[in-house]
Amino acid sequence: MTSTNKLLLEAKGITKYFGTITALENVNLKVHEGECLGVVGDNGAGKSTLMKVLSGLYKPSAGALFFEGKEHVLDSPKDSQNLGLEMVYQDLALAGNLPIGENIFLGREPTKNIGFLKFLDFKKIQEMTSAHLEKLKINVKSAEQKVEELSGGQRQAVAIARSTAFNAKVVIMDEPTAALAIKEVGKVLDLINKLKNTGVGVIVISHRMDDIFTVCDRVMALFQGTNFAESQLDKTSRDEVIGWIMGKK
Amino acid sequence: MDDKEKKQDSLYVKLIPYFEKYGILLLLVIMILVMHILQPDVFLSWRNVTNVFKQISWQSMLALGVFMVIVTAGIDLSVGSIMMLSLMILAIVAKAGAPWFIVVLVPLFAGFLCGLINGLGITLLRMPHPFIMTLGTLYIFRGTGNLISGGTPISGFTDEVRYLGHGRIDLTWLGLEKSQYLPVSLVLIAVVYFVFWVFLNHSRTGKWIYAIGGNPSAARASGINVNKILIIVYSLCGFLSGIGALILAGRTDSGYPNAGLQSELDAIAACIIGGASFFGGRGTVLGVFAGVMIMGILRNGLNLMDVSSFWQQVLIGSIIVLAVYVDVLRRDFGTRK
Repeated sequence: MTSTNKLLLEAKGITKYFGTITALENVNLKVHEGECLGVVGDNGAGKSTLMKVLSGLYKPSAGALFFEGKEHVLDSPKDSQNLGLEMVYQDLALAGNLPIGENIFLGREPTKNIGFLKFLDFKKIQEMTSAHLEKLKINVKSAEQKVEELSGGQRQAVAIARSTAFNAKVVIMDEPTAALAIKEVGKVLDLINKLKNTGVGVIVISHRMDDIFTVCDRVMALFQGTNFAESQLDKTSRDEVIGWIMGKK
Repeated sequence: MDDKEKKQDSLYVKLIPYFEKYGILLLLVIMILVMHILQPDVFLSWRNVTNVFKQISWQSMLALGVFMVIVTAGIDLSVGSIMMLSLMILAIVAKAGAPWFIVVLVPLFAGFLCGLINGLGITLLRMPHPFIMTLGTLYIFRGTGNLISGGTPISGFTDEVRYLGHGRIDLTWLGLEKSQYLPVSLVLIAVVYFVFWVFLNHSRTGKWIYAIGGNPSAARASGINVNKILIIVYSLCGFLSGIGALILAGRTDSGYPNAGLQSELDAIAACIIGGASFFGGRGTVLGVFAGVMIMGILRNGLNLMDVSSFWQQVLIGSIIVLAVYVDVLRRDFGTRK
């Protein structure tokens, strides 16, 4: 990963207050095309708040977001989605009672018109889902399988597939391996690498050093709501990053 | 992803989805057979079968409305009161001499408005649970119905107003007897259930109703306006209760204060027997129809056999508990934990 790749997302001077509490203060962040940025930090360091600002769920008290060089004000997650910025939530945000395909297209279902009425186009959902899962090499029995029948790793894969089904340029993942069995972690990390290879910029929030050191190109640490340290991955070590999390340089 | 996923499913596992989908119909067929064996001359006669459909006609509307609400993991306790209020408004408007097409539309509109009030209360007033809002309106709507009518029955509607609840479709052109007619209410049930089946299964809004029941935060994160969908659902539930009022007006030729008393519980029971889950996101329109039929046939059959209505209560209660226990077992087998 070199910095010559196109800059996709940049946050400058993000500050967020909740009443008298300062959750973030003057935080900067950059993600390039095909790059994976790891964001680490202790509980309460501001990781989740920062991600919610990036996805448009929270409005920053100060600071600006630039997407492909242009400044944008995000009023809702819909705005960030429209820009090509997707979020994979820690609690997965899938409806277990619906099939895989319908989860991937939830809220953006393709329809066909019969007269003046719009009907769901199940055939198209099925085809697009199969093609998309195929592209990401995600194996499931069928796109019609209900999500509640899947394992934790498969669900995480579906959540990631969902985030990239609409040509996302940046995908933000909150603890993508936290809820997974050990043997499934590797598969999800492989999937993240595949996303990078397709040119997607990925932000991974994690406190697992294995995750960070397997998929990330760059790592930044937040400490008490501020940028604490940042480095290319090949210029740092696990022990150093763990030190950053605890506020030691 | 899992290797063990690839192993061949046993026949038993393969049958689960079919049982889930059609098990309730199996129960219905068994009940019909048992009733037929017990009452071979009467039960499957044209007269009795049309009777069953006439008896379930308005309940089936309430059950369908409550079903949609239950799919969103909500509840509507006010459907009986909505129906009563709509019926009273219909009766008053009819007595005032309004033309029949106005009289027919009034309960639908009134029911819709009552449902809208429920939906707005649940979302805008941020009631902690729909149970509370609709428990409140259960009293409010019935009280209002009594206030506007003085708590006395209002009877006597024109044939046009009574058509949906009382009308007969003559089948003598098929070579059938004059007594072998088709109740209009049966056709109405079929049409309404079909329309709502299409709505719930083939429209985006319908899919979102299921998604909200499955995981509301997932629906929200997908950009679905959850509050808007909930308002639509409760309004439609009220609208269906309004149709119920129109059918009841036809059947009884009267608006009366006790109309639909406790029928919200029958409606909920039919949904639960039909396989809808209180946790939301689960259940089918066909299942609700089967649930309504099972309750109707049970009452009808027990009446034919002259069984006391006290026993009917005991039996219906038992079936509810049994049906939910089967659902619990199904969850254990069908879902990964």
